[in-house]
Amino acid sequence: MMQSMPDTPTLNPIDDLMTQIYRDLQHAIDQGQLTNPLMVGIHSGGVWIAEALHQRLNLSDPLGRLNITFYRDDFDTIGLHPQVAPSQLPVDIDGRDIILVDDVLYTGRTIRAALNELFDYGRPARIWLTVLYERDGRELPIAAQTVGQRLQLNPQQQIHVDGPTPLTARIVTREDTH
Amino acid sequence: MAVNFVRPIIPKLAKDPWAIQFDSQGHLKHLLTIEGLGPTWITRILDTAEGFMSVTDREIKKVPLLRGRTVVNLFFESSTRTRTTFELAAKRLSADVLNINLSTSATTKGESLLDTLRNIEAMQADMFVVRHDQSGAAHFIARHVAPHVSVLNAGDGWHAHPTQALLDAFTIRRIKGDFAPLRIAIVGDVRHSRVARSQIHAFNSLNVGELRVIGPRTLIPNDIEPLGVRVFHDMRTGLKDVDVIIMLRLQRERMESGLLPTEQEFYRLYGLTEEKLGWAKPDAIVMHPGPANRGVEIESRVADGPQSVILEQVSNGIGVRMAVMALCMSASTE
Repeated sequence: MMQSMPDTPTLNPIDDLMTQIYRDLQHAIDQGQLTNPLMVGIHSGGVWIAEALHQRLNLSDPLGRLNITFYRDDFDTIGLHPQVAPSQLPVDIDGRDIILVDDVLYTGRTIRAALNELFDYGRPARIWLTVLYERDGRELPIAAQTVGQRLQLNPQQQIHVDGPTPLTARIVTREDTH
Repeated sequence: MAVNFVRPIIPKLAKDPWAIQFDSQGHLKHLLTIEGLGPTWITRILDTAEGFMSVTDREIKKVPLLRGRTVVNLFFESSTRTRTTFELAAKRLSADVLNINLSTSATTKGESLLDTLRNIEAMQADMFVVRHDQSGAAHFIARHVAPHVSVLNAGDGWHAHPTQALLDAFTIRRIKGDFAPLRIAIVGDVRHSRVARSQIHAFNSLNVGELRVIGPRTLIPNDIEPLGVRVFHDMRTGLKDVDVIIMLRLQRERMESGLLPTEQEFYRLYGLTEEKLGWAKPDAIVMHPGPANRGVEIESRVADGPQSVILEQVSNGIGVRMAVMALCMSASTE
């Protein structure tokens, strides 16, 4: 069971966060910061969130899905994930504004891998990172443009997002994950 | 000369001869034969290959997974197609590739196989892809390489050609889906075919509905039925209701050794013509591990026809070999 500590931050309801992210993205589009954006989710959590946002934003192009397994920098230590759902980018990304979606921004290594993979498909005009949760602990100079909730967690704590329906999130301490 | 088809030379070496394929954690380290993999590992390889197939559809057909690793193609027997697809697979994983053709190199100068191995190991190789005309050569090398090196069998004698069987299973799965309702027929020189041996083990592991072999008595091993294979000597009955036809390459030396009368006679009885193809299911697919002898085991119009998936097999071979390389190398880093 999850151990609740007095200083454990509370996760805001996902529905509220999603509505807020949707509004922020719609605002960025309305202000011309993003032009006819293409939305790309990172497997698996990012895809669930992207699917919901994609529908609400009524984007013209189909949703893209990235599986960054082949681009991870921890292949040496954890090996290949057994089920590798392939990446799918249904349209050419050259010159496009891309909204890259993930569930949690933590070390930044997943986003690094996703950026490398995107550039093997083409040269986007802009990549706009959108995450449901942003927490401390960055190991790379990577920042998100649209964030649902920002949290300070200790290193033993992790945010677990489950989905796709219902989309839920909880904070677990590392002992719980084994 | 005669090789026992069910149990070749290698199992005598150890109680559990296939255990060498796995590391202490039970992770695939060497791919030497289909035996011992079981449905779990075979399916895992096919699923991983599916992921890699998407890489080959992109503009930049490369992922950085094996960057900084060195793959050495050790070919003691020549093969353009197999070597090329292994090379391409390694390059698409960003590995460095060294091709060493030993049939014309050191061994003819009297250098022993182990000396050759030590020398290539000293070049910091991480993986050997081995083709050899002696059954068991890849096992021998796997037992003697440095602990961090993975060995892939790219065909040894009459024994095994596991990546060919895996790419065939992958091709069938992509087109037909589930293996359980399928009837698969392997046609031709089954006795001398490492491809057929590996296919039989793979298809049995994957629970193929019915597995058949078709060929003249001289080219079908006597001890093959215990492997769960139905034997036919006649194409018309053998191909009836079949979903997948796999034609094997007929080696010319079989005629010389008196196992077959003439190429023309073989073609008349077992060559896959449009007429004989009509005896199988209307949506049957035709496969061949290549290179095909047109007019000996297969008619050109069939090899190039709408039911042929021979070129898909070649493309799929790259994805499957990428999967095997990545899976074996991810274990070798412990």
